[in-house]
Amino acid sequence: MSADLLEIRDLSVCYRTRTDTVHAVRGVDLTVAAGEIVAVVGESGSGKSTTAHAVLGLLPRGGRIDAGQIRFAGQDLTGLSEKDWQAVRGTEIGLVPQDPTVSLNPVRRIGDQVAEVLLIHGLADRREAPARAVELLRRAGVAEPETRARQYPHELSGGLRQRALIAIALAGEPRLLIADEPTSALDVTVQREILDHLEGLAAESHTAVLLITHDLGVAADRAARIVVMSDGAVVETGPTREVLAAPEHPYTRRLLAAAPSLARTPLRPRRPPGPDVLVAVTGLAKTFPLPRTRSGPRAVRAVDDVSFTLTRGRTLALVGESGSGKSTIARMMVGLETPTSGRITFAGTDITRTGGEELRRLRRRFQLVYQNPYASLNPRFSIEEVVAEPLRAFRVGTRAERRARVVELIDQVALPASVLRRKPAELSGGQRQRAAIARALALHPDLVVCDEPVSALDVSVQAQILELLVRLQDELGLTYLFITHDLAVVREIADQVAVLRAGRLVEFGPADTVLADPRAEYTRRLLDAIPGNTRVDIGDTQR
Amino acid sequence: MTAVIRRLAQAIVVLWAAFTLSFVILYLLPGDAVLTKLGSADGGINASPEQIAQVRAEYGVDDPVLVQYGKRLWAALHGDFGRSIATGDDATHQVLSALPPTLAVSGFALVLAVVFGGGIAVLGTYTRARWLSHLLLSLPPLGISLPSFWVGLLLIQVFSFQLGLLPALGSTGFASLVLPSVTLALPTGAIIGQVLAKSLRTQLAQPYVEIVRAKGASRRRVHFGHALRNAALPALTLVGVVAGNLLAGSVITETVFSRDGVGRVTAAAVSVQDIPVVQAVIVLAAFFFVTLNLVVDLLYPVLDPRLARVPGELTRRERSHA
Repeated sequence: MSADLLEIRDLSVCYRTRTDTVHAVRGVDLTVAAGEIVAVVGESGSGKSTTAHAVLGLLPRGGRIDAGQIRFAGQDLTGLSEKDWQAVRGTEIGLVPQDPTVSLNPVRRIGDQVAEVLLIHGLADRREAPARAVELLRRAGVAEPETRARQYPHELSGGLRQRALIAIALAGEPRLLIADEPTSALDVTVQREILDHLEGLAAESHTAVLLITHDLGVAADRAARIVVMSDGAVVETGPTREVLAAPEHPYTRRLLAAAPSLARTPLRPRRPPGPDVLVAVTGLAKTFPLPRTRSGPRAVRAVDDVSFTLTRGRTLALVGESGSGKSTIARMMVGLETPTSGRITFAGTDITRTGGEELRRLRRRFQLVYQNPYASLNPRFSIEEVVAEPLRAFRVGTRAERRARVVELIDQVALPASVLRRKPAELSGGQRQRAAIARALALHPDLVVCDEPVSALDVSVQAQILELLVRLQDELGLTYLFITHDLAVVREIADQVAVLRAGRLVEFGPADTVLADPRAEYTRRLLDAIPGNTRVDIGDTQR
Repeated sequence: MTAVIRRLAQAIVVLWAAFTLSFVILYLLPGDAVLTKLGSADGGINASPEQIAQVRAEYGVDDPVLVQYGKRLWAALHGDFGRSIATGDDATHQVLSALPPTLAVSGFALVLAVVFGGGIAVLGTYTRARWLSHLLLSLPPLGISLPSFWVGLLLIQVFSFQLGLLPALGSTGFASLVLPSVTLALPTGAIIGQVLAKSLRTQLAQPYVEIVRAKGASRRRVHFGHALRNAALPALTLVGVVAGNLLAGSVITETVFSRDGVGRVTAAAVSVQDIPVVQAVIVLAAFFFVTLNLVVDLLYPVLDPRLARVPGELTRRERSHA
């Protein structure tokens, strides 16, 4: 197959640590034709990222290619010297990284970092490089590129930084672009704009793209062919349409079923608001002061006149992108932040005007589950101590009773009893989030505020956690305030939806109405931006 | 600009605190330099009460404490720390005249420490020869663990007595500067080397370095064009702190190498409780420490634009929130 630009044959990569060897990639075959977009889909640990880095000769420390070939335009890359690699990187193969917020040198100007590619490869001299860099930024969709080129990375938003990184990746006019989860750190609307733009640029310059993603929806929208990886090996590969319509491998089927962006049915029938109002928020506002300037003190209005009600046994999804104020609302609702104005009534008591012992007693009744299960559990505690902590803090029961309760909770969240003695680090992300949920349930709360509880997890694990939350809601009569940026997740679990933008509530209503027939323009844009929307539907009339 | 003024004000407060603290400790501690002086002058304590009272009045130590403090502070503001009780000379003059040789040694030591400490860190993380990297990066911990007086004696033994290359003692000429400076530079350079190496390794593992490599950049460009400037900040902070310690270290090196300087003056003044001189030394040391750290602070924004926040200008993030 001489038409293939990139041809990976039987590639095996292992990581050697002091104690053992991990085979991250085992016998992978993969081809990318010139100008083609191929998506490699898989969950964490599937080896997709390692494969991508091997193609650039940028394996992390301890990583080594054991066997196989990586042929690029007829040349085997596996035997290249560092010097030869330097000629390939940037001009033949470019990289768009995962997290734009940490991928630019913080102490150098954007323009210089773009121009550097041209200077390294002698594509421009020092005099003309700055102007060329501005032009590259403009092509990558950066508005006011002259200003941006003079700025430092921290002065730009995540989306703009990713555009700058795309400008860097395309500066040397490479024939292959490796995009390693290029938008998973960005808001959905930004994600869509950037992927659209990247796709357009690639088509225009006939650049092939190897798109690494965990999101089948993204892959379905963008790629001509899909390669599904699991546990270091390719389990399925083929044209996107065929793979999605008739997945052969059970793993692909599982992935497809779990992908929230492709799911379209709620996990349980949606419920209309009930008679028993648990939480009522009226005219809620929060202002944060900013450092003062010559023109006087300044402030940011993070939450601006927000009102909604939440009835018992229902799930309200609070949706918004970064900076929308959704997390600030969550923090105010559990009493971690004091509102500037407005009221939050919990079971008839205004918690914004309650303090001390009474607030502490109320606290038992609302609990918080955080986004990052890796950071929200004390690494020195055993899981038993983690789950028992609220019980100890509120002096509930005797030691034996507490232990019995912990065992019961662990069982409720479907964890094996063997995890009780383990430390959080010994658990997988999904198991940790289950432990965090068990901790939140320890005091029999009425309301559980879930702040992006699944966004740090793999899709199949996401699905399991969402199912667990729905089951617990039915069993224990819980009420959820579910904070998320992901409308696909909302579709699965919400009864009511509140859409926030820049601190203001733009839409609030029953989930079916908001999702099917949004009134606000912004909600429509959010819905359009969900990856997986543009794929051809197969055997499904609903859209 | 306001930030600079604020830092200056802080520096002045530190100097005032150094003066006050040294006054409290030195003047309120038991022990009487006047008696020491009379005792040593007459070969025994047989001065009459009148004589003692006269000397006390001369040095102003019979006033109430607060009055003494006020007078001293006012005088100190004019650069006057009183007369040395031991020699009768102006204390400020005595300390300042001892300053040049000390500054020469400390300054040279600082240059050596930065050049060699930094050099070892940069080379140790840059080289691809594993053995060399291991060797170089094991030097800083070794340097820190060697006591400097012992190193000084060892250097004299080898370079002066056995090889006869450099003078062992004295404070004349550049040659006499070398051994004390090396002795003083060793622990300082070791700390700088260790911190810079650690910080370079951290920076080289950052995601932005991968992007630079994906541009096709050479190792040299990655190291010197990107990682080093990011890694320099913690090392720079450290230079401000250790440079202050060089002055303190001069007490030991000047004694070991029998050099003139502030260290020797300090040692002599402390042993006879010559309070004006000791206080002049303390305030001088505080002055150097404060000045160096002020310079370091003002250098931060030059190295890292994230620390240069022009007041009145919103950052991008705040603008998107606003």
